[in-house]
Amino acid sequence: MLSPAQTLLRLEDAGRYASGKWLVRGVDLTVDRGEIVTLIGPNGSGKSTTAKMACGIARPDEGRVIRDPALRIGYVPQKLSVDWTLPLTVSRLMRLTVSLSKADAEAALKEVGIAHLAGADVQTLSGGEFQRAMLARAIARKPDLLILDEPVQGVDFSGEIALYELISEIRGRLGCGILLISHDLHVVMAATDSVVCLNGHVCCKGSPKSVLESPEYRRLFGGRAAATLALYEHHHDHTHLPDGRVLHADGTVTAHCHPDDGHHHGPDATTGQKERGEGDA
Amino acid sequence: MLDDFFVRALVAGIGVALVAGPLGCFIVWRRIAYYGDTLAHSALLGIALALLLEVDITLAVFLMSAAISLILVVLQRRERLSSDALLGLLSHSALALGLVCLAFMTWVRVDLMGFLFGDILAVSKTDIAVIYGGGALILAVLAMIWRPLFAATVNRDLAAAEGLDPDRANLVFMLLMALVVAIAMKIVGVLLVTALLIIPAATARWFSRGPEQMALLAAAIGVAAVVAGLYASLEWNTPSGPSIVVAAFAFFLVGLSSLARNRYAGAVPPEPRE
Repeated sequence: MLSPAQTLLRLEDAGRYASGKWLVRGVDLTVDRGEIVTLIGPNGSGKSTTAKMACGIARPDEGRVIRDPALRIGYVPQKLSVDWTLPLTVSRLMRLTVSLSKADAEAALKEVGIAHLAGADVQTLSGGEFQRAMLARAIARKPDLLILDEPVQGVDFSGEIALYELISEIRGRLGCGILLISHDLHVVMAATDSVVCLNGHVCCKGSPKSVLESPEYRRLFGGRAAATLALYEHHHDHTHLPDGRVLHADGTVTAHCHPDDGHHHGPDATTGQKERGEGDA
Repeated sequence: MLDDFFVRALVAGIGVALVAGPLGCFIVWRRIAYYGDTLAHSALLGIALALLLEVDITLAVFLMSAAISLILVVLQRRERLSSDALLGLLSHSALALGLVCLAFMTWVRVDLMGFLFGDILAVSKTDIAVIYGGGALILAVLAMIWRPLFAATVNRDLAAAEGLDPDRANLVFMLLMALVVAIAMKIVGVLLVTALLIIPAATARWFSRGPEQMALLAAAIGVAAVVAGLYASLEWNTPSGPSIVVAAFAFFLVGLSSLARNRYAGAVPPEPRE
């Protein structure tokens, strides 16, 4: 059960199976109110699948997802392109899933810094403007939980940093929990309270600082551990083969990967529970 | 007034166009024109069955299209299926089956051309009642599911994550499509139903800045196409359905050329993102 008023979302050993293979397995994570949790991992590591389980689009095939049914979710999906046959202005996009007063829509757009684009067609926006509009749309409904699947894609590096700062500000102002999916931890580091690294299962997790400083992290991520970039390029203990099977570091090949199948890092390699409160605003 | 066959055709055609415009917008936005074709072509099989079992043709066509809709929805949930090939298979098989069945039924005299291309002479007062009753129902239901359906058109996952029910909206939309095929068939015929759905909507896109505006405009352009097409068919003794479609296409070209004129006034639809 969820602890009252604090934990917004909890995944317990959640996994999803599709087309004959496990997309992701054994995911444990919680998102508390006012907390930013970042999911990182290489392509195909199950980040988006985990996000979809978290917001209820995909049902877990094992384990469970605990979430108050009344929880108000704001979602920014990973891939969203609006076909040009669809006439859609930014202000109409704001009212996509909910009725919204003009003032609320304007306030949300102002918050992300694109109030001047309210009347623009979404197809004419730049990558950064479009992601800001998507963010404004998600926060305009005053969510308890924001789920952002790669919110900085199509945005240049300085724009990325600005967007993550914005997300961090939004957390402070709305007091919502945020589940952030990213593949570029080097930029997310500063904005996040807790990191969960996925590679078909939870590879390691903890606060970014504790991950960086821990000997487990150095062992996991190799000699360049001191450089934040190294976290992005760290070695996984297994590779997913093109046919979906898994090649482990010990040379064995299994059909799926699971933390308890004996081919992975031992429990000592994980950085343990996140140190609560650390880095919180 | 309704005693004149031409007035009946006009009234019926306008009723169909009012409904086809808004529904057609979703077909354009969702890129499912082929889907509409499949439903429309399966209507011929519905006609054959109706004649065989001696039941109401509109009802039989609706049930057949609805059945095909549901089959497609179920098959599409299995994501690995290529829906393009599947639609092509169902579409032409249903059309061919319908034609073969009709050919076998030598005891019924059918005007095949009327079914394929529409027949203004065949519109009765009952047809008009069915078109306006069914049309009002379609528009009312469409208004009810507008928000989840439109949100799901932009992004299904987003709609689902934020508490709307996109799958139910999609299912209802498919049934509305079946209903519009059943009532539009008399006017433009099974081969051209999709044209009446998508051409006014595509034309409306040139002049619209919002989805609701585009839906209303598509209905208006559809009405104009029906009026122009039917008068042309009366004037030059051309088949009614194709005349309406040609008129709609002419409007589309007018829109296209006015777009070209406004190229530097910012009215050009931007290139698709990414």
